[in-house]
Amino acid sequence: MKRFGTFASVIALTAMMSAGAHATSIKIAYDADPVSLDPFEQLSGGTLQLSHMVFDPLVRWTQDLEFEPRLATSWEQTDELTTVFKLREGVTFHSGNPMTAKDVVWSFERLKASDDFKGIFADFESMTAIDDYTVELKTAKPFPLVLHTATYIFPMDSVFYTGTDENGNDKGAIVKHGDSFASRNMSGTGPYIVTEREQGVKVEFDRFDGYWDTASPGNVDEITLTPIKEDPTRVAALLSGDVDFIAPVPPTDLDRVDADDSVDLITLAGTRIITFQMNQSRNPALADPKVRMAIDYAVNNAGIVDRIMKGFGTVGAQASPAGYLGHNPELTPRFDVEKAKALMAEAGYADGFSLTMMAPNNRYVNDDKIAQAVASMLAQINITVDLKTMPKAQYWPTFDERAADMMMIGWHADTEDSANFHQFLSACFDADTGNGQYNSGGYCNPEADALMVAANSETDPAKRGELLVELETILYNEAAFIPLHWQNLSWGARKGVDAGPIVNALNFPYFGDLVVSE
Amino acid sequence: MFAYLVKRLFQAAAVMFVISLISFAIQDNLGDPLRELVGQSVSEETRDELRDELGLNDPFLVQYGRFLGNAVRGDLGTSYFFKEPALTVILKKLPATLELVAGATIIIIGLSIPLGVYTAIKPNSIMSRLIMGISIVGISVPVFLTAIGMIFLFSVELRWLPSFGRGDTVDVIGYWSTNFLTLDGWQHILLPSVALASIMLPLFIRLIRSEMMETLQSEYVRYAYAKGIAPRRIWFVHALKNTLLPVITVGGVQIGTMVAYTILTETVFQWPGMGFMFLEAVNRVDTPLIVAYLIVVGFIFVVTNTIVDLIYGLVNPTVKLSRMGA
Repeated sequence: MKRFGTFASVIALTAMMSAGAHATSIKIAYDADPVSLDPFEQLSGGTLQLSHMVFDPLVRWTQDLEFEPRLATSWEQTDELTTVFKLREGVTFHSGNPMTAKDVVWSFERLKASDDFKGIFADFESMTAIDDYTVELKTAKPFPLVLHTATYIFPMDSVFYTGTDENGNDKGAIVKHGDSFASRNMSGTGPYIVTEREQGVKVEFDRFDGYWDTASPGNVDEITLTPIKEDPTRVAALLSGDVDFIAPVPPTDLDRVDADDSVDLITLAGTRIITFQMNQSRNPALADPKVRMAIDYAVNNAGIVDRIMKGFGTVGAQASPAGYLGHNPELTPRFDVEKAKALMAEAGYADGFSLTMMAPNNRYVNDDKIAQAVASMLAQINITVDLKTMPKAQYWPTFDERAADMMMIGWHADTEDSANFHQFLSACFDADTGNGQYNSGGYCNPEADALMVAANSETDPAKRGELLVELETILYNEAAFIPLHWQNLSWGARKGVDAGPIVNALNFPYFGDLVVSE
Repeated sequence: MFAYLVKRLFQAAAVMFVISLISFAIQDNLGDPLRELVGQSVSEETRDELRDELGLNDPFLVQYGRFLGNAVRGDLGTSYFFKEPALTVILKKLPATLELVAGATIIIIGLSIPLGVYTAIKPNSIMSRLIMGISIVGISVPVFLTAIGMIFLFSVELRWLPSFGRGDTVDVIGYWSTNFLTLDGWQHILLPSVALASIMLPLFIRLIRSEMMETLQSEYVRYAYAKGIAPRRIWFVHALKNTLLPVITVGGVQIGTMVAYTILTETVFQWPGMGFMFLEAVNRVDTPLIVAYLIVVGFIFVVTNTIVDLIYGLVNPTVKLSRMGA
């Protein structure tokens, strides 16, 4: 076997030499691969990771959650409803077509028509091309999240995607189920071109010769992306040198990856909050703020992060992570079992009560273990928990039915903004606006909703921050939900793959800027 | 023979019909496929429109009738994830799984016959006791544990063999690309094959051993000894042939079962076969693919059982297929 290995490396070496001394290639392994090559078909982490490799947004997030110009070089708000973007000149698509305002407007219209993205773009009324390199964006009302939303505008090659394919279907059509031109073909402005793709097995990328960002330090010519679903196998692939970069590193293997001299472990605080919601209409006890508060006091979030998450999370007391406008640093996690018991007695439940709890078992990191821990913590204050965990595929329909008294949900704000948490998780349910779509607790406070509405048309960040902080404080004081922690993000990279600078809390590494030194 | 095959064909059709009915009936309990097709913030209303478009809101019988209508024309539906006909997806993944099963079968046959015969001839030697002891351990350790253990030993610690995937494959014909024509391919298939073989190998060693011990006690073997035939010839020609009859029967069924075990092995090794594909399909609630997989696997079972019966007839001339067909 040893001789086999030597032989193989000789072959590999010869192959590398014949391919040219300068070609740098890396292999990366994620836990899943993107569903489609169409950047606007599904709003998911996998799609965005791909979009940042093959396309460029108008602006993008930096590691410090600031905006960085990409295909838009500058922007200016001309009145409270209008923002004008100046576009980068001399950018070409992979097809060779030049990128102009026409492509940006075309892509914007396509986003507004996409089932997955139209929610984010709901407040955007129109986009018009002023000249070849200027577009004007109009919102329906004063809108504070123009730039947040512009991070989703990845201009597509309108010439390439216009017309009909060999089956006579529109090349630009967004097809959820079945085949479409855009789900198989790509032409973007990004640093990489997809050269080969076998879904669920691998995607191969080559660096685009005509990439506009010549200032980028990135030096990787070829990338092979392989999904490796099983955590131990993904870690083994990194440790054995079969791949150069993996994400995520499972909590159980953090120490192992960290201790290994041949690889680097990179972690960042994430923005996905894990919470429990308490259903006030199913279980009348939970309608009493004192009982909800008692539950919050009984749950040891810090203990969960320490023991179950192995430190791989940031203990939370609110939905907004640090860095978001609504984050209130004064809110601290509540944990005091004696106080919890006193509150239960005050509410008239000294002898406790029983409730049902449900959680997924393959959606969030250690989700079922967290639920079991919370159930046993509640037993200390005489709450008997009937816990049921299930795979996410069955969990979500159950969640939609609001089938248990306490249900787990994790949330990442697509807009990277505090108001989004409240809108989906704790606002009064409203089928027309979609508010409270994931509010299984039925918490409803018109005062809180009014703050969200005011914040969403306040364009001054300072004033807006005040409103959102007030909103978080109300939710905290009424124990609207039980915040647990923000899941951390983790990447493992072989030494020499300088991945630290390209990762971010949004979990889409900017591979175009990746520097590999050997 | 012909009558027998026709009868088997009808049996296969009946089996697949029942499988399709059952898998269709349970698909509502697998979860909501729309959840996997759209992002988290898409409204219930939009999801319902999509559900309508996909025909998922129709009554069960309407959906099943539509499925059967398409199925007789060879269309088992379109996979939500792969966006291709489910049957095509499975046929693309099938060669990888069959090669894995073939690799494991070679290991099982190559090891179980000599080891089984040896432990039968010398039941009290230290070597025999060691083999039987290890086989007890092998049969009780779950396959994913064996697999992960091997990955960490041979890939991470020793760095002899790759940890995942198929490596360099060579296209043969159609969707079939093979691992057996490159060194890299052999290196990639070795660990998964051993992992898959580890479940069945102890069973076969024990089966051959006990059958062999029984045969060695029989009259004709004693007569052969008395006649002065070389022991080696008695063991491997006269005794082994009769030993193999029950082994083939069990073996045929077990190869079918092995297809089921590929689900675990392929998942651990990220082997791009249909076992891994099936587990992913369940996670993604890709119902057309799930139903199609179950039907194809049902078909494989029927085919292997038929082949086993045919081989049985060849090995043992007293078995008449015409009688079995009647």
